Amino acid sequence: MKKYLLDLTVKSVERIHERYVLIKLTDDKPLPEMQPGQFVEIRVDGSPTTFLRRPISINFVDQAQNELWLLVAAVGDGTRRLAQLQAGDTLNCLLPLGHGFTMPAFTSERFLLVGGGVGVAPLLYMGAEMHRQGNEPTFLLGARTAKDLLMLDIFKRYGRVCVTTEDGSEGEKGFVTNHSLLLKEQFSRIATCGPTPMMKAVARYARQSNTECEVSLENLMACGLGACLCCVEKTTEGNLCVCKEGPVFNIRKLLWQD
Amino acid sequence: MARLNVKIHDLALKNPVMTASGTFGYGLEFADLMPLDGIGGIIVKGTTLRPREGNDYPRMAETAAGMLNCVGLQNKGVDYFCEHIYPQIKDIDTNMIVNVSGSSPDDYAECAARIDALEKIPAIELNISCPNVKGGGMAFGVTCAGASSVVRAVRQRYHKTLIVKLSPNVTNITEIARAVEAEGADSVSLINTLMGMAIDIEKRKTLLSINTGGLSGPAVKPVALRMVWQVAKSVKIPVIGLGGICTAKDAIEFLMAGATAIEIGTANFLDPTVSIKVRDGINAWLDSHGCKSVQEIIGVID
Repeated sequence: MKKYLLDLTVKSVERIHERYVLIKLTDDKPLPEMQPGQFVEIRVDGSPTTFLRRPISINFVDQAQNELWLLVAAVGDGTRRLAQLQAGDTLNCLLPLGHGFTMPAFTSERFLLVGGGVGVAPLLYMGAEMHRQGNEPTFLLGARTAKDLLMLDIFKRYGRVCVTTEDGSEGEKGFVTNHSLLLKEQFSRIATCGPTPMMKAVARYARQSNTECEVSLENLMACGLGACLCCVEKTTEGNLCVCKEGPVFNIRKLLWQD
Repeated sequence: MARLNVKIHDLALKNPVMTASGTFGYGLEFADLMPLDGIGGIIVKGTTLRPREGNDYPRMAETAAGMLNCVGLQNKGVDYFCEHIYPQIKDIDTNMIVNVSGSSPDDYAECAARIDALEKIPAIELNISCPNVKGGGMAFGVTCAGASSVVRAVRQRYHKTLIVKLSPNVTNITEIARAVEAEGADSVSLINTLMGMAIDIEKRKTLLSINTGGLSGPAVKPVALRMVWQVAKSVKIPVIGLGGICTAKDAIEFLMAGATAIEIGTANFLDPTVSIKVRDGINAWLDSHGCKSVQEIIGVID
Protein backbone atom coordinates (compact mmCIF):
# COMPACT_ATOMS: atom_id res chain seq x y z
CA MET A 1 0.00 0.00 0.00
CA LYS A 2 1.21 3.47 -0.82
CA LYS A 3 2.66 5.33 2.14
CA TYR A 4 2.14 8.99 2.90
CA LEU A 5 3.75 11.67 5.05
CA LEU A 6 0.90 13.94 6.11
CA ASP A 7 0.32 16.82 8.49
CA LEU A 8 -3.04 15.78 9.89
CA THR A 9 -5.24 18.15 11.86
CA VAL A 10 -6.19 17.30 15.43
CA LYS A 11 -9.97 17.29 15.71
CA SER A 12 -10.17 16.34 19.37
CA VAL A 13 -8.14 14.90 22.22
CA GLU A 14 -10.24 13.05 24.75
CA ARG A 15 -8.86 11.66 27.99
CA ILE A 16 -10.72 8.38 28.28
CA HIS A 17 -8.68 7.09 31.22
CA GLU A 18 -6.08 8.50 33.61
CA ARG A 19 -3.37 6.99 31.41
CA TYR A 20 -4.95 7.02 27.94
CA VAL A 21 -6.07 9.63 25.45
CA LEU A 22 -8.04 9.19 22.25
CA ILE A 23 -6.75 11.50 19.50
CA LYS A 24 -9.02 12.04 16.50
CA LEU A 25 -7.29 13.35 13.38
CA THR A 26 -8.63 14.57 10.08
CA ASP A 27 -7.47 16.11 6.82
CA ASP A 28 -8.86 18.34 4.05
CA LYS A 29 -8.40 15.48 1.61
CA PRO A 30 -9.77 11.96 2.04
CA LEU A 31 -7.47 9.95 4.31
CA PRO A 32 -5.46 7.18 2.62
CA GLU A 33 -6.77 3.63 2.67
CA MET A 34 -5.62 1.81 5.80
CA GLN A 35 -5.94 -1.80 6.93
CA PRO A 36 -6.74 -3.03 10.43
CA GLY A 37 -3.48 -3.85 12.21
CA GLN A 38 -1.41 -1.28 10.34
CA PHE A 39 0.17 1.60 12.24
CA VAL A 40 1.24 5.22 12.06
CA GLU A 41 4.62 6.73 12.96
CA ILE A 42 3.99 10.10 14.50
CA ARG A 43 6.47 12.88 15.09
CA VAL A 44 6.35 14.32 18.58
CA ASP A 45 7.28 17.98 18.70
CA GLY A 46 8.37 19.85 21.79
CA SER A 47 9.67 16.89 23.78
CA PRO A 48 13.44 17.07 24.20
CA THR A 49 13.70 13.43 25.25
CA THR A 50 11.68 12.14 22.29
CA PHE A 51 14.06 11.89 19.37
CA LEU A 52 12.42 9.25 17.21
CA ARG A 53 8.91 8.99 15.85
CA ARG A 54 6.43 6.96 17.88
CA PRO A 55 4.62 3.99 16.34
CA ILE A 56 0.92 4.03 17.23
CA SER A 57 -1.56 1.45 16.00
CA ILE A 58 -4.60 2.52 14.02
CA ASN A 59 -7.49 2.42 16.46
CA PHE A 60 -10.30 3.30 14.09
CA VAL A 61 -10.94 4.91 10.74
CA ASP A 62 -14.25 6.70 10.43
CA GLN A 63 -14.70 6.98 6.68
CA ALA A 64 -17.89 9.04 6.94
CA GLN A 65 -16.24 11.64 9.16
CA ASN A 66 -12.81 11.29 7.45
CA GLU A 67 -11.26 10.60 10.85
CA LEU A 68 -8.30 8.57 12.01
CA TRP A 69 -8.37 7.60 15.69
CA LEU A 70 -5.24 6.89 17.73
CA LEU A 71 -5.42 5.51 21.25
CA VAL A 72 -2.29 6.64 23.06
CA ALA A 73 -0.96 5.61 26.46
CA ALA A 74 0.56 8.71 28.06
CA VAL A 75 3.52 6.95 29.63
CA GLY A 76 6.66 8.89 28.70
CA ASP A 77 7.42 12.53 28.06
CA GLY A 78 6.66 12.18 24.36
CA THR A 79 3.29 10.52 24.72
CA ARG A 80 2.37 12.93 27.54
CA ARG A 81 3.13 15.72 25.07
CA LEU A 82 0.71 14.10 22.62
CA ALA A 83 -1.94 14.11 25.32
CA GLN A 84 -1.59 17.91 25.50
CA LEU A 85 -2.43 18.47 21.83
CA GLN A 86 -5.33 20.82 21.17
CA ALA A 87 -8.00 20.79 18.48
CA GLY A 88 -6.57 22.54 15.42
CA ASP A 89 -2.96 21.48 16.09
CA THR A 90 -1.24 19.41 13.44
CA LEU A 91 0.40 16.05 13.88
CA ASN A 92 2.95 14.81 11.34
CA CYS A 93 2.06 11.23 10.46
CA LEU A 94 3.81 8.60 8.34
CA LEU A 95 1.18 6.09 7.30
CA PRO A 96 -0.10 3.47 6.74
CA LEU A 97 2.79 1.21 7.78
CA GLY A 98 3.28 -2.54 8.00
CA HIS A 99 0.99 -5.46 7.29
CA GLY A 100 -2.32 -5.79 9.06
CA PHE A 101 -4.48 -8.68 10.20
CA THR A 102 -5.90 -11.28 7.84
CA MET A 103 -9.55 -10.47 7.29
CA PRO A 104 -12.27 -13.13 6.96
CA ALA A 105 -12.46 -14.81 3.59
CA PHE A 106 -16.25 -15.27 3.87
CA THR A 107 -18.89 -13.69 6.08
CA SER A 108 -19.70 -16.64 8.31
CA GLU A 109 -16.08 -17.18 9.32
CA ARG A 110 -15.83 -17.03 13.13
CA PHE A 111 -13.11 -14.67 14.33
CA LEU A 112 -12.10 -14.07 17.92
CA LEU A 113 -10.35 -10.77 18.60
CA VAL A 114 -8.42 -10.86 21.88
CA GLY A 115 -7.09 -7.62 23.36
CA GLY A 116 -5.46 -6.58 26.59
CA GLY A 117 -4.89 -3.08 27.96
CA VAL A 118 -4.12 -0.51 25.27
CA GLY A 119 -3.61 -3.47 22.93
CA VAL A 120 -7.35 -3.44 22.30
CA ALA A 121 -6.76 -0.43 20.02
CA PRO A 122 -6.31 -2.08 16.58
CA LEU A 123 -9.05 -4.63 17.27
CA LEU A 124 -11.73 -1.93 17.22
CA TYR A 125 -10.95 -1.02 13.60
CA MET A 126 -10.65 -4.69 12.70
CA GLY A 127 -14.01 -5.55 14.30
CA ALA A 128 -15.67 -2.54 12.68
CA GLU A 129 -14.36 -3.54 9.25
CA MET A 130 -15.58 -7.11 9.80
CA HIS A 131 -18.97 -5.77 10.84
CA ARG A 132 -19.11 -3.56 7.75
CA GLN A 133 -18.43 -6.62 5.62
CA GLY A 134 -21.33 -8.47 7.24
CA ASN A 135 -19.35 -10.52 9.74
CA GLU A 136 -20.00 -10.71 13.46
CA PRO A 137 -16.72 -10.71 15.41
CA THR A 138 -16.38 -11.83 19.01
CA PHE A 139 -14.21 -9.57 21.14
CA LEU A 140 -12.49 -10.94 24.22
CA LEU A 141 -11.09 -7.97 26.11
CA GLY A 142 -9.08 -8.07 29.30
CA ALA A 143 -7.90 -5.45 31.76
CA ARG A 144 -6.77 -5.11 35.35
CA THR A 145 -10.03 -3.59 36.62
CA ALA A 146 -13.39 -2.47 35.21
CA LYS A 147 -12.21 1.11 34.77
CA ASP A 148 -9.23 -0.06 32.68
CA LEU A 149 -11.50 -1.54 30.00
CA LEU A 150 -11.17 0.94 27.17
CA MET A 151 -13.89 1.96 24.69
CA LEU A 152 -16.16 -0.90 25.73
CA ASP A 153 -19.34 0.79 24.50
CA ILE A 154 -17.88 1.34 21.06
CA PHE A 155 -16.73 -2.28 20.77
CA LYS A 156 -20.31 -3.38 21.54
CA ARG A 157 -21.54 -1.63 18.37
CA TYR A 158 -19.61 -4.04 16.18
CA GLY A 159 -19.89 -7.45 17.79
CA ARG A 160 -20.27 -9.62 20.86
CA VAL A 161 -18.02 -8.50 23.72
CA CYS A 162 -16.67 -10.84 26.40
CA VAL A 163 -14.67 -9.39 29.25
CA THR A 164 -12.23 -10.46 31.92
CA THR A 165 -10.74 -8.37 34.71
CA GLU A 166 -7.98 -9.42 37.05
CA ASP A 167 -9.94 -8.26 40.11
CA GLY A 168 -13.30 -9.51 38.88
CA SER A 169 -14.83 -6.02 38.90
CA GLU A 170 -16.35 -6.66 35.46
CA GLY A 171 -16.90 -9.81 33.42
CA GLU A 172 -15.17 -13.00 34.44
CA LYS A 173 -12.34 -12.83 36.93
CA GLY A 174 -8.86 -13.67 35.64
CA PHE A 175 -6.93 -13.32 32.41
CA VAL A 176 -8.40 -13.46 28.90
CA THR A 177 -7.16 -17.02 28.51
CA ASN A 178 -9.21 -18.04 31.58
CA HIS A 179 -12.52 -16.97 30.00
CA SER A 180 -15.14 -19.73 29.82
CA LEU A 181 -15.83 -18.81 26.20
CA LEU A 182 -12.63 -20.58 25.19
CA LEU A 183 -13.89 -23.87 26.64
CA LYS A 184 -17.27 -23.65 24.95
CA GLU A 185 -16.64 -22.36 21.47
CA GLN A 186 -14.29 -22.94 18.58
CA PHE A 187 -13.13 -20.17 16.26
CA SER A 188 -11.49 -20.40 12.86
CA ARG A 189 -9.05 -17.60 13.60
CA ILE A 190 -7.78 -15.49 16.48
CA ALA A 191 -6.33 -11.99 16.18
CA THR A 192 -4.62 -10.68 19.29
CA CYS A 193 -2.84 -7.58 20.52
CA GLY A 194 -1.71 -6.72 24.03
CA PRO A 195 1.10 -7.36 26.49
CA THR A 196 3.53 -10.04 25.30
CA PRO A 197 2.76 -12.50 28.14
CA MET A 198 -0.93 -12.26 27.24
CA MET A 199 -0.25 -12.80 23.53
CA LYS A 200 1.99 -15.77 24.32
CA ALA A 201 -0.79 -17.29 26.43
CA VAL A 202 -3.29 -16.71 23.61
CA ALA A 203 -0.85 -18.27 21.15
CA ARG A 204 -0.53 -21.31 23.44
CA TYR A 205 -4.31 -21.67 23.52
CA ALA A 206 -4.43 -21.32 19.71
CA ARG A 207 -1.85 -24.07 19.22
CA GLN A 208 -3.64 -26.39 21.64
CA SER A 209 -7.01 -25.78 20.01
CA ASN A 210 -5.58 -25.91 16.51
CA THR A 211 -6.78 -22.40 15.70
CA GLU A 212 -5.09 -20.01 13.25
CA CYS A 213 -3.68 -17.10 15.24
CA GLU A 214 -2.12 -13.76 14.41
CA VAL A 215 -0.39 -11.53 16.95
CA SER A 216 0.58 -7.87 16.68
CA LEU A 217 4.09 -7.19 17.96
CA GLU A 218 5.44 -3.88 19.17
CA ASN A 219 9.21 -4.18 19.14
CA LEU A 220 11.11 -0.93 19.57
CA MET A 221 11.53 0.65 16.19
CA ALA A 222 13.13 3.64 14.51
CA CYS A 223 12.35 4.11 10.81
CA GLY A 224 9.03 2.25 10.49
CA LEU A 225 9.88 1.46 6.85
CA GLY A 226 12.13 -1.60 7.03
CA ALA A 227 15.30 0.40 6.48
CA CYS A 228 17.13 0.44 9.81
CA LEU A 229 16.58 -3.20 10.82
CA CYS A 230 16.28 -2.29 14.51
CA CYS A 231 12.88 -3.85 15.31
CA VAL A 232 13.63 -7.40 14.21
CA GLU A 233 11.86 -10.48 15.52
CA LYS A 234 13.34 -13.96 15.16
CA THR A 235 11.14 -16.01 12.84
CA THR A 236 11.23 -19.20 10.82
CA GLU A 237 12.52 -17.02 7.98
CA GLY A 238 15.29 -15.43 10.07
CA ASN A 239 15.21 -11.93 11.53
CA LEU A 240 12.29 -9.97 10.11
CA CYS A 241 11.41 -6.31 10.62
CA VAL A 242 8.29 -5.92 12.73
CA CYS A 243 7.64 -2.56 11.06
CA LYS A 244 7.61 -3.93 7.52
CA GLU A 245 6.92 -7.68 7.60
CA GLY A 246 4.69 -7.21 10.66
CA PRO A 247 3.55 -5.86 13.01
CA VAL A 248 1.08 -8.72 12.55
CA PHE A 249 2.57 -12.21 12.35
CA ASN A 250 1.02 -15.65 12.19
CA ILE A 251 2.27 -17.47 15.29
CA ARG A 252 3.54 -20.31 13.10
CA LYS A 253 6.16 -17.91 11.78
CA LEU A 254 7.38 -16.91 15.26
CA LEU A 255 9.77 -18.86 17.46
CA TRP A 256 7.44 -18.80 20.44
CA GLN A 257 7.95 -22.31 21.76
CA ASP A 258 6.63 -22.04 25.32
CA MET B 1 19.14 28.01 -9.26
CA ALA B 2 22.77 27.46 -8.31
CA ARG B 3 24.78 24.63 -9.83
CA LEU B 4 24.77 21.80 -7.32
CA ASN B 5 26.72 19.13 -9.17
CA VAL B 6 29.93 17.81 -7.65
CA LYS B 7 32.40 15.06 -8.44
CA ILE B 8 33.81 12.34 -6.23
CA HIS B 9 36.71 11.03 -8.31
CA ASP B 10 34.96 9.68 -11.47
CA LEU B 11 31.57 9.79 -9.86
CA ALA B 12 29.37 12.67 -11.00
CA LEU B 13 26.70 13.67 -8.48
CA LYS B 14 23.80 15.87 -9.57
CA ASN B 15 23.91 17.38 -6.11
CA PRO B 16 26.00 16.78 -3.00
CA VAL B 17 23.25 15.07 -1.01
CA MET B 18 23.35 11.31 -0.52
CA THR B 19 21.71 8.99 1.98
CA ALA B 20 23.87 7.00 4.39
CA SER B 21 24.12 3.24 4.46
CA GLY B 22 21.80 1.48 6.87
CA THR B 23 19.40 4.39 7.11
CA PHE B 24 17.71 4.29 3.72
CA GLY B 25 17.39 0.58 2.95
CA TYR B 26 17.78 0.08 -0.78
CA GLY B 27 15.96 3.32 -1.52
CA LEU B 28 12.85 1.40 -2.53
CA GLU B 29 11.43 1.65 0.98
CA PHE B 30 11.23 5.43 0.51
CA ALA B 31 10.01 5.50 -3.09
CA ASP B 32 6.41 6.36 -2.14
CA LEU B 33 7.54 9.32 -0.11
CA MET B 34 10.16 11.18 -2.17
CA PRO B 35 11.68 11.18 -5.67
CA LEU B 36 14.74 8.93 -5.34
CA ASP B 37 16.32 10.49 -8.43
CA GLY B 38 16.25 13.88 -6.73
CA ILE B 39 19.38 13.26 -4.70
CA GLY B 40 23.01 12.74 -5.68
CA GLY B 41 23.31 9.18 -4.48
CA ILE B 42 21.92 6.41 -2.35
CA ILE B 43 24.31 4.27 -0.34
CA VAL B 44 22.54 1.01 0.27
CA LYS B 45 22.64 -1.26 3.28
CA GLY B 46 25.95 -2.86 4.28
CA THR B 47 26.58 -5.99 2.22
CA THR B 48 28.86 -8.88 3.08
CA LEU B 49 30.15 -11.88 1.15
CA ARG B 50 28.00 -14.29 3.14
CA PRO B 51 24.53 -13.71 4.66
CA ARG B 52 24.52 -12.30 8.19
CA GLU B 53 21.70 -12.50 10.73
CA GLY B 54 23.02 -9.53 12.69
CA ASN B 55 22.81 -9.13 16.45
CA ASP B 56 19.95 -10.06 18.74
CA TYR B 57 17.13 -7.69 19.60
CA PRO B 58 17.16 -5.10 21.19
CA ARG B 59 19.32 -3.33 18.67
CA MET B 60 18.33 0.26 19.28
CA ALA B 61 18.13 2.75 22.11
CA GLU B 62 17.00 6.35 21.94
CA THR B 63 19.40 8.85 23.50
CA ALA B 64 19.59 12.61 23.88
CA ALA B 65 19.44 14.03 20.33
CA GLY B 66 20.37 10.69 18.86
CA MET B 67 20.20 6.95 18.99
CA LEU B 68 22.39 3.93 19.54
CA ASN B 69 22.21 0.90 17.29
CA CYS B 70 23.87 -2.48 17.20
CA VAL B 71 22.21 -3.98 14.13
CA GLY B 72 25.39 -5.83 13.25
CA LEU B 73 25.27 -5.82 9.45
CA GLN B 74 22.20 -7.98 8.94
CA ASN B 75 22.02 -8.69 5.22
CA LYS B 76 21.39 -11.57 2.85
CA GLY B 77 24.85 -11.57 1.31
CA VAL B 78 26.28 -10.28 -1.95
CA ASP B 79 24.90 -13.07 -4.14
CA TYR B 80 21.36 -12.36 -2.99
CA PHE B 81 22.00 -8.67 -3.58
CA CYS B 82 23.23 -9.23 -7.13
CA GLU B 83 20.43 -11.61 -8.01
CA HIS B 84 17.38 -10.15 -6.28
CA ILE B 85 17.99 -6.56 -5.24
CA TYR B 86 20.19 -5.17 -7.99
CA PRO B 87 17.54 -5.75 -10.70
CA GLN B 88 15.08 -3.69 -8.64
CA ILE B 89 17.40 -0.73 -8.08
CA LYS B 90 19.58 -0.58 -11.16
CA ASP B 91 17.28 1.79 -13.04
CA ILE B 92 16.88 4.34 -10.28
CA ASP B 93 18.30 7.48 -11.86
CA THR B 94 20.94 8.36 -9.29
CA ASN B 95 24.21 6.87 -8.09
CA MET B 96 23.39 3.60 -6.38
CA ILE B 97 26.42 2.87 -4.20
CA VAL B 98 26.89 -0.35 -2.26
CA ASN B 99 28.37 -0.32 1.23
CA VAL B 100 30.68 -3.34 1.54
CA SER B 101 31.79 -4.99 4.76
CA GLY B 102 33.69 -8.12 5.68
CA SER B 103 35.68 -9.99 8.26
CA SER B 104 38.96 -10.40 6.36
CA PRO B 105 40.69 -8.50 3.54
CA ASP B 106 39.92 -11.40 1.20
CA ASP B 107 36.22 -11.27 2.16
CA TYR B 108 36.06 -7.58 1.40
CA ALA B 109 37.89 -8.04 -1.90
CA GLU B 110 35.70 -10.91 -3.07
CA CYS B 111 32.51 -9.04 -2.19
CA ALA B 112 33.81 -5.89 -3.93
CA ALA B 113 34.79 -7.87 -7.04
CA ARG B 114 31.27 -9.22 -7.41
CA ILE B 115 29.84 -5.72 -7.20
CA ASP B 116 32.46 -4.47 -9.67
CA ALA B 117 30.70 -6.64 -12.24
CA LEU B 118 27.38 -4.80 -11.80
CA GLU B 119 27.13 -2.21 -14.53
CA LYS B 120 24.82 0.23 -12.74
CA ILE B 121 26.74 0.36 -9.47
CA PRO B 122 29.38 3.05 -10.08
CA ALA B 123 31.02 3.01 -6.66
CA ILE B 124 31.33 1.20 -3.38
CA GLU B 125 31.74 2.51 0.12
CA LEU B 126 34.05 0.26 2.09
CA ASN B 127 32.88 -0.07 5.68
CA ILE B 128 35.99 -0.52 7.81
CA SER B 129 34.27 1.15 10.71
CA CYS B 130 31.22 -0.82 11.87
CA PRO B 131 31.38 -0.88 15.68
CA ASN B 132 28.86 -3.69 16.02
CA VAL B 133 30.53 -6.80 14.65
CA LYS B 134 33.27 -8.82 16.23
CA GLY B 135 36.39 -9.73 14.28
CA GLY B 136 35.79 -7.34 11.43
CA GLY B 137 34.41 -3.98 10.56
CA MET B 138 35.86 -1.50 12.97
CA ALA B 139 38.72 -3.82 13.87
CA PHE B 140 40.27 -2.86 10.53
CA GLY B 141 39.39 0.78 10.69
CA VAL B 142 41.12 1.64 13.94
CA THR B 143 44.70 1.01 12.86
CA CYS B 144 46.56 2.27 9.81
CA ALA B 145 47.86 -1.24 9.12
CA GLY B 146 44.38 -2.78 9.30
CA ALA B 147 42.79 -0.10 7.15
CA SER B 148 45.60 -0.33 4.60
CA SER B 149 45.34 -4.12 4.37
CA VAL B 150 41.64 -4.00 3.46
CA VAL B 151 41.97 -1.17 0.96
CA ARG B 152 44.99 -2.81 -0.67
CA ALA B 153 43.13 -6.08 -1.13
CA VAL B 154 40.01 -4.40 -2.48
CA ARG B 155 41.87 -2.00 -4.75
CA GLN B 156 43.36 -4.94 -6.67
CA ARG B 157 39.92 -6.27 -7.52
CA TYR B 158 37.71 -3.20 -7.64
CA HIS B 159 38.14 -0.77 -10.50
CA LYS B 160 35.45 1.87 -10.06
CA THR B 161 35.17 4.65 -7.52
CA LEU B 162 36.28 3.39 -4.12
CA ILE B 163 35.08 5.31 -1.08
CA VAL B 164 36.36 4.26 2.35
CA LYS B 165 34.15 4.95 5.37
CA LEU B 166 36.19 5.87 8.42
CA SER B 167 35.63 5.22 12.09
CA PRO B 168 35.68 8.09 14.56
CA ASN B 169 36.69 5.68 17.32
CA VAL B 170 40.37 6.39 16.83
CA THR B 171 43.03 8.63 18.32
CA ASN B 172 43.88 10.41 15.09
CA ILE B 173 41.52 9.99 12.16
CA THR B 174 43.79 11.88 9.75
CA GLU B 175 46.41 9.11 9.96
CA ILE B 176 43.86 6.50 8.90
CA ALA B 177 42.61 8.78 6.11
CA ARG B 178 46.14 9.22 4.78
CA ALA B 179 46.80 5.48 5.03
CA VAL B 180 43.79 4.57 2.89
CA GLU B 181 44.58 7.37 0.45
CA ALA B 182 48.06 5.91 0.02
CA GLU B 183 46.51 2.53 -0.84
CA GLY B 184 44.44 3.99 -3.62
CA ALA B 185 41.13 5.01 -2.06
CA ASP B 186 39.36 7.53 -4.30
CA SER B 187 37.49 9.19 -1.46
CA VAL B 188 36.86 8.90 2.26
CA SER B 189 33.51 9.26 3.99
CA LEU B 190 33.26 10.10 7.66
CA ILE B 191 32.12 9.56 10.29
CA ASN B 192 30.65 6.18 11.04
CA THR B 193 28.92 5.95 14.44
CA LEU B 194 30.64 6.67 17.74
CA MET B 195 30.76 3.74 20.15
CA GLY B 196 28.37 4.32 23.00
CA MET B 197 26.21 2.70 25.66
CA ALA B 198 22.99 3.18 27.62
CA ILE B 199 21.67 1.50 30.77
CA ASP B 200 18.17 0.84 32.12
CA ILE B 201 18.74 1.72 35.76
CA GLU B 202 15.60 -0.07 36.99
CA LYS B 203 16.52 -3.36 35.33
CA ARG B 204 20.26 -2.77 35.93
CA LYS B 205 20.87 -3.90 32.36
CA THR B 206 22.23 -2.32 29.23
CA LEU B 207 19.64 -1.34 26.64
CA LEU B 208 21.39 -3.10 23.76
CA SER B 209 21.78 -6.84 23.30
CA ILE B 210 25.57 -6.61 22.92
CA ASN B 211 25.87 -3.84 25.54
CA THR B 212 27.47 -1.27 23.25
CA GLY B 213 26.34 0.30 19.99
CA GLY B 214 27.01 3.10 17.56
CA LEU B 215 25.76 6.59 18.38
CA SER B 216 24.29 8.65 15.56
CA GLY B 217 22.09 11.70 15.15
CA PRO B 218 22.52 15.40 15.94
CA ALA B 219 24.41 14.49 19.14
CA VAL B 220 27.48 13.53 17.08
CA LYS B 221 27.44 16.42 14.60
CA PRO B 222 30.08 18.67 16.17
CA VAL B 223 32.48 15.74 16.48
CA ALA B 224 31.86 14.71 12.88
CA LEU B 225 32.29 18.25 11.61
CA ARG B 226 35.61 18.62 13.39
CA MET B 227 36.88 15.34 11.94
CA VAL B 228 35.76 16.23 8.41
CA TRP B 229 37.60 19.53 8.69
CA GLN B 230 40.76 17.81 9.94
CA VAL B 231 40.68 15.10 7.28
CA ALA B 232 39.88 17.49 4.43
CA LYS B 233 43.06 19.38 5.26
CA SER B 234 45.11 16.18 5.41
CA VAL B 235 44.24 14.36 2.18
CA LYS B 236 44.00 15.26 -1.50
CA ILE B 237 41.09 12.95 -2.31
CA PRO B 238 37.53 14.25 -1.90
CA VAL B 239 35.90 13.90 1.49
CA ILE B 240 32.26 12.95 2.06
CA GLY B 241 30.90 14.28 5.33
CA LEU B 242 28.26 12.71 7.53
CA GLY B 243 27.24 12.61 11.14
CA GLY B 244 24.03 14.09 12.47
CA ILE B 245 23.08 16.14 9.43
CA CYS B 246 19.38 17.08 9.68
CA THR B 247 19.09 20.41 7.87
CA ALA B 248 20.54 22.34 4.96
CA LYS B 249 22.44 24.46 7.47
CA ASP B 250 24.08 21.33 8.88
CA ALA B 251 24.99 20.21 5.36
CA ILE B 252 26.46 23.60 4.46
CA GLU B 253 28.62 23.47 7.58
CA PHE B 254 30.10 20.18 6.38
CA LEU B 255 30.64 21.56 2.87
CA MET B 256 32.39 24.62 4.31
CA ALA B 257 34.52 22.35 6.50
CA GLY B 258 35.79 20.68 3.34
CA ALA B 259 33.31 17.96 2.39
CA THR B 260 32.63 17.69 -1.35
CA ALA B 261 29.40 15.82 -0.66
CA ILE B 262 27.41 14.81 2.38
CA GLU B 263 25.36 11.86 3.56
CA ILE B 264 22.18 12.01 5.58
CA GLY B 265 21.65 9.13 7.98
CA THR B 266 19.58 9.03 11.12
CA ALA B 267 17.55 12.08 10.04
CA ASN B 268 15.86 9.84 7.44
CA PHE B 269 14.09 8.17 10.36
CA LEU B 270 12.70 11.47 11.61
CA ASP B 271 11.64 12.73 8.18
CA PRO B 272 11.88 10.31 5.26
CA THR B 273 11.87 13.26 2.85
CA VAL B 274 14.65 15.17 4.60
CA SER B 275 17.28 14.61 1.88
CA ILE B 276 15.18 16.47 -0.69
CA LYS B 277 14.61 19.28 1.81
CA VAL B 278 18.35 19.52 2.47
CA ARG B 279 19.05 19.66 -1.27
CA ASP B 280 16.50 22.44 -1.75
CA GLY B 281 17.77 24.26 1.32
CA ILE B 282 21.36 24.23 0.04
CA ASN B 283 20.16 25.60 -3.29
CA ALA B 284 18.10 28.34 -1.61
CA TRP B 285 21.02 29.35 0.58
CA LEU B 286 23.40 29.53 -2.38
CA ASP B 287 20.89 31.62 -4.33
CA SER B 288 20.27 33.99 -1.47
CA HIS B 289 24.01 34.46 -0.97
CA GLY B 290 24.78 35.08 -4.63
CA CYS B 291 26.67 31.83 -5.14
CA LYS B 292 26.42 30.39 -8.64
CA SER B 293 27.79 27.00 -7.66
CA VAL B 294 28.09 24.85 -4.58
CA GLN B 295 31.82 24.67 -5.38
CA GLU B 296 32.14 28.22 -4.07
CA ILE B 297 31.56 27.13 -0.49
CA ILE B 298 33.36 23.78 -0.35
CA GLY B 299 36.32 23.99 2.01
CA VAL B 300 36.09 27.71 2.71
CA ILE B 301 37.07 27.11 6.32
CA ASP B 302 40.85 27.05 6.53
